[in-house]
Amino acid sequence: MSLSDIFTIAGSAATAQTIRLNTIASNMANAESAGTTAGDAYKARKPVFSLVFDDQLRSMDASSSSIGKVMVSEIMEIAASNEDRRYMPDHPLSDVDGYVFFPKVNMIGEMADMMSASRSYQSSVELMSTAKKMQQRLLALGQ
Amino acid sequence: MGIDFEQVLGIHPKALQFRVQRSTVLASNLANVDTPNFKAKDTIFSFDHTLENIMSMQPTDNRHMALLGQSATGKTQYRIPNQQGTSGNTVELGVEQAAFSRNTLDFQTSVTFLNMKFKGLDRAINGR
Repeated sequence: MSLSDIFTIAGSAATAQTIRLNTIASNMANAESAGTTAGDAYKARKPVFSLVFDDQLRSMDASSSSIGKVMVSEIMEIAASNEDRRYMPDHPLSDVDGYVFFPKVNMIGEMADMMSASRSYQSSVELMSTAKKMQQRLLALGQ
Repeated sequence: MGIDFEQVLGIHPKALQFRVQRSTVLASNLANVDTPNFKAKDTIFSFDHTLENIMSMQPTDNRHMALLGQSATGKTQYRIPNQQGTSGNTVELGVEQAAFSRNTLDFQTSVTFLNMKFKGLDRAINGR
């Protein structure tokens, strides 16, 4: 019965969203981790989601080759650029021109991303509880 | 005289199988709601094949083609999105969630029908 596949798929989605939430937490915590050069400042982390086909899921029947789990294929590091530097001559990390590099972290964008991630997490939990109910109903068939 | 379960239960076991298959496809769509370039899919019930199974047509000429799709499961195709997204992803959360909920309800309908069939058999066997 491929109802158990739903748990695999929804579980992979929950894991991916957890990684996304972790990167968001890291970005928000380090929003002020400045540096003297663009490389010294904290680099914003962005996960890249990608589709992954599981052979175990595919072996069930021919048509299930179209279903796939989700995984975080890489976590991109976005370095600060000249746009992100601020003129702060009194700052201990300022360079010779008096500029300090701040990470490329948009707090409002991160907040919105966090809400999106938690919604998607919620949706995969909902998927699992629905699959559980379907399985239980099937087990109680004929009783 | 034995009971032919295939005949008693009719289309419902196959419908149930199809609902499970479709729920997996929809779950995959929902899992990949944030994946760039993911194309949403949906499964449709291939009704012709199912009819063939029930009526069990016999080839009367050797040029007749063999029957396909004996399992009577669905055919998976790409979904046409209502709107284009920016990331190449065609999953529309509301549409997918609605489809999943509806599929769950249809699953329950099939389960209810099967339960009714079993209850009927039970009544026939026990004679009350």
